[in-house]
Amino acid sequence: MQAAKLQTAQVFSFHGGIHPPENKTQSLQLPLGKPSLPNELILPLGQHIGQSSRPLVKVGDKVLKGETIAINNGFLSSFLHAPTSGTIAAIEERLIAHPSGLSDLCIILAPDGNETWTPLEPLDNWQDISKTDVLAYLSEMGIIGMGGAGFPTQVKLQGAHKNPLTHFIINAAECEPYITADDMLIREKTLELVLGIEILQHLVEADNIVIGIEDNKPTAIAALKAILSERNSQIQIAVVPTKYPSGGEKQLIQLLTGKEVPSGQYPADIGVLCQNVGTCVAVHDAITLGKPLISRFTTLTGDALKAPQNVEVLFGTPVAHLLEYADFEPKKLSRLIMGGPMMGYTLDSAAVPIVKTSNCILAASKKELPAPAPEQACIRCGMCEQACPASLLPQQLLWFSKSQEFEKAEHHNLFDCIECGACSYVCPSSIPLVQYYRHSKSSIREAREANVKSDLAKQRFEARKARQDAEAAEKEAKRLARQKASSNKATDKKKAAPEKAAPTAAAAPATTDESKKLKVDIAIGKSKLKKLQKQLLEAQENEHVEEINNLQLQVTDQEKAIASLEEQLAQMTSAAPDAPATNTAKASPAPVSDELKKAKVDVALIGVKLKKLQKQLVETPDDQELKDKVSAFETDLKAAQDTVSKLSESTQASTNTAAAEPKAAISDELKKLKIDAAIAKAAVKKVEKALKKAEEINAPEIEAIRQQLQEAQQRADELEKTLANPEAAAPKAAPVKAEPETNVDADAAKKRKIDLAIAKAGIKKAEKNIQLLKEQGKDEAEINASEWPSKLKEAQDKLAGLEKEQASEATAPSVATVTSAPIATANIDADAAKKRKIDLAIAKAGIKKAEKNIQLLKDQGKDESEIEASEWPKKLIEAQQKLAALEAEESTSATSVSTPVEKTAANSEAKVEPEMDLATQIKKEKIAVALAKAQINKLNKRLESSPEEADNIKQEIVATEQRLQSAETLLEKLIHSQTNMQENR
Amino acid sequence: MLTVLLAIGILVLLSLIFGAILGYANVRFHVEGDPIVDQIDALLPQTQCGQCGHPGCRPYAEAIANGEAINHCPPGGQATIQALADLLDVEAVPLDGDHGTESAKRVAVIREDECIGCTKCIQACPVDAILGAAKQMHTVIADECTGCDLCVEPCPVDCIDMVEVGVTAKTWSWDKPQGIAATSLNVIATDRQAEVTH
Ligand code: SF4
Ligand code: SF4
Ligand code: SF4
Ligand code: SF4
Repeated sequence: MQAAKLQTAQVFSFHGGIHPPENKTQSLQLPLGKPSLPNELILPLGQHIGQSSRPLVKVGDKVLKGETIAINNGFLSSFLHAPTSGTIAAIEERLIAHPSGLSDLCIILAPDGNETWTPLEPLDNWQDISKTDVLAYLSEMGIIGMGGAGFPTQVKLQGAHKNPLTHFIINAAECEPYITADDMLIREKTLELVLGIEILQHLVEADNIVIGIEDNKPTAIAALKAILSERNSQIQIAVVPTKYPSGGEKQLIQLLTGKEVPSGQYPADIGVLCQNVGTCVAVHDAITLGKPLISRFTTLTGDALKAPQNVEVLFGTPVAHLLEYADFEPKKLSRLIMGGPMMGYTLDSAAVPIVKTSNCILAASKKELPAPAPEQACIRCGMCEQACPASLLPQQLLWFSKSQEFEKAEHHNLFDCIECGACSYVCPSSIPLVQYYRHSKSSIREAREANVKSDLAKQRFEARKARQDAEAAEKEAKRLARQKASSNKATDKKKAAPEKAAPTAAAAPATTDESKKLKVDIAIGKSKLKKLQKQLLEAQENEHVEEINNLQLQVTDQEKAIASLEEQLAQMTSAAPDAPATNTAKASPAPVSDELKKAKVDVALIGVKLKKLQKQLVETPDDQELKDKVSAFETDLKAAQDTVSKLSESTQASTNTAAAEPKAAISDELKKLKIDAAIAKAAVKKVEKALKKAEEINAPEIEAIRQQLQEAQQRADELEKTLANPEAAAPKAAPVKAEPETNVDADAAKKRKIDLAIAKAGIKKAEKNIQLLKEQGKDEAEINASEWPSKLKEAQDKLAGLEKEQASEATAPSVATVTSAPIATANIDADAAKKRKIDLAIAKAGIKKAEKNIQLLKDQGKDESEIEASEWPKKLIEAQQKLAALEAEESTSATSVSTPVEKTAANSEAKVEPEMDLATQIKKEKIAVALAKAQINKLNKRLESSPEEADNIKQEIVATEQRLQSAETLLEKLIHSQTNMQENR
Repeated sequence: MLTVLLAIGILVLLSLIFGAILGYANVRFHVEGDPIVDQIDALLPQTQCGQCGHPGCRPYAEAIANGEAINHCPPGGQATIQALADLLDVEAVPLDGDHGTESAKRVAVIREDECIGCTKCIQACPVDAILGAAKQMHTVIADECTGCDLCVEPCPVDCIDMVEVGVTAKTWSWDKPQGIAATSLNVIATDRQAEVTH
């Protein structure tokens, strides 16, 4: 019954195919041969598709038979095992069996001849454990598809789970002429094969299991049938007619299932899995015997061999060794082929090893395999199309391949070509069609890879550009923020504008519309002002930490802006009594005050420059040029100051002369007054708030603000009174004055607050520094000697002055301009103080280091004299001296803030150098030497390329060589001293 | 007369209807074609070497779109010129030697023990293919390196070599057959047979 079932296995057919002479009998005359161990086994790391394995052994390692010597390297990679026991002789590039005739990395194993197996661990419980574990085990046993491409078996089995399997096909067709390795394997290992198939079936659970075998292997078929019926197996045998290439995976599937694997898909996609018989046997050996894949059946055949036969051969055995075993006749050899005559490739050398996918060595004589006839033009006979098992149009593919129209070739399904060679075989024009296709395929693959790479490069390039742009934008944003902060000065100007507009509105209420509009403007201007002030404060906080210099500039700018504002306020107040005058006054004071502002900025700028120059002058008192510059600046400064005073005078004048007549409708006036009153009240509230804040911060300030508050309240009261009695009161003056003034007052208050805060910060800093000195263990005298106490006092004085000024400011708001100057200097002081602090810290660190080193020497048990001999005590003294000098300088710096900055800088340099670790110095010198050498190299190269400039370049070379020499001597010295030091220690 | 008017009327109506349908289809099924610059850019090798005189491949693609010659890219070589010629429907010209010559694919390799860690090469590399930090040894990620050469010049100690990427068994590709050779002058099959068995 079983036999009947076997007979009924249905066989379909596929398109095309050819019937080349089989030539299979030669190699079946002799029984399976077992060649001796060669002198060395060459084991390429890339015997499979995918990434090469990674070696696990080192040269000289002793390995046992079956031991893992290389591990997989990624998904499509595989394991490799020692085919016999021995020593790893080398891991190097060797010629491998590849159509390119190139070399690849191989592990070379020198057998010891003992064939000692590593302990075998069969997977006896494969039926119980999870299938994934079994697959992993197979992977570790190095099992790959032994039919062709060397696809790792576990990957293929995993892929088979994509769709429910209808067919599990075992490929025993072996259609290619000459090759009988599978035939022999089935005869020799029938039971192992069937057991292997059963294990695989357990793993994949297919509906049908079919062995596809060509009818030219009667012995193998009989053996299989016997075993299958004996085991009452469900495995079917499908005997297919001999036709090349029925052993092609897709062709066999079509033969056994009638289904075609669609273009670009895999057999698993239509529920079919195909495995080679060799793989099934390997699976059996691995799981039931625990033996990894270390050998295979290979056919040795061809006319050049006197004893063609099948052999079971260890991987890595050189082909030459096998040829010798089969009585090779070199004279007869015309081509040595790895694989069959249809799909194999010529070997350039017999030194290449047998690998997991080598199924045949064909040593063909000239008669057997004549040199390919010269190619002729295609005559469009269509015979290739008839022969193509993949139903392609070979002549079209040839056309596109020849003209490099790869895209069209792809459209004609070039990648479905299995490279069977049937078309070339039948072509009357002897066109090596397959070679063309192979070339096209690899060109397309290369282009795809290049595309992937260039896409990646593009991505990376663009990512880098984006990053750089982002960095630039960030920098720009920072710069803008800084600019904005400093241009808050300008916003103050803006603020001035609406305020100026206010009196206009009040004084010239000719049309109600206009006044309304102006009031809206005022409101908008005020809200803007508030916002900007907030920003300013924020910016100040941030900048305070980061860039004191910048802050300093900004503060000065702000002071100036505020001062000018106050100027305007003063004008306004003086103009207030005759408020209606503002109508024209509004126009004239503005430009004048602008000019005034500019002049003041000039004065400040020149002052700063002058200061700088004076500083330099102190450093280098003999510099005539500097002196000239200083005097020039001094005259400049005077001129600028003159302009300022002139301008302020004229401003005063212009405000005083300004005059106009008020014309107002009473009802409008009333409305306006109401609004003004409301605004005045708001101002009062604001001042109250400021007062509260001031109370929190500092008491003395409160006085001033209270005064302000009173004033503001008075104004508000007045306003209300006016409002209550609009006819009685002159509808013009009071309200007009009140609104802007309180506002400006509030502003001034704010500014004063800022000044105070800065002064306080100065005090805090000074106190901190003093604290620091104390912590560092200085005694009172030392601290007194340092500049800080005096600084503190100074700052305190300043603060007191500032507060006093503020108090008096209510009467003369313009005094604020004066305060701005000391604040700027206070800031510079703080800066210089910071620098000095750093210098001090460095000097102290130097002392500490020296002390530590001395301590270390002591710990190491050196006696006094030895320590004395070492350089450290000297260094310690030096550092201490420096510290003292530094401190002395600091105390003098209290009187002249600017000089110590430079001096300490110079000082710190001088001090840092000896401190620099010898090692870092040596490193530096080494780099210098390397640089010089490289430059000489470069120059030499240039000398070669441009002999015209030889003289120049030679000079340069000489100079560089000198530099190199000096650097080298220095380096030597340094190294010498280093070794000395080490010896001392 | 009426029939004539009727006919004209119907035809006008029909043309309006079809016009409307076509107009709608034009909007509805509008295909956003690759702007030409993108197409050109896709053909350029993206080595970003600047040998074409532009700061990267895309700028050169833009320049080509604006009429610059297509033969200024040495890394792309003749193949790129051919592809560009096909795309733009212009004549394929030989590579302009002023911009350099086509060379085998190369990657940069840093002789690591000579590297002083100056980071200059990192800043030069257009594709971030160099790894390293200040005062640390630097190295090239060979897979990402486009072989653009730009890192060689800035290195102050000259420790970067451009190494040709050899063909390995994995990257090897089949040669193109020689084609119909001069040796195959004897077109008659019998002649050929005689020669072979000879
Ligand atoms: S080599 Fe390709 S084109 Fe030629 S017959 Fe085989 S499958 Fe068809
Ligand atoms: S068999 Fe050869 S000659 Fe005939 S059509 Fe195919 S390629 Fe052309
Ligand atoms: S020469 Fe070629 S690879 Fe180099 S930047 Fe220009 S287009 Fe890109
Ligand atoms: S490593 Fe050098 S050669 Fe390679 S891409 Fe970067 S800059 Fe170009």
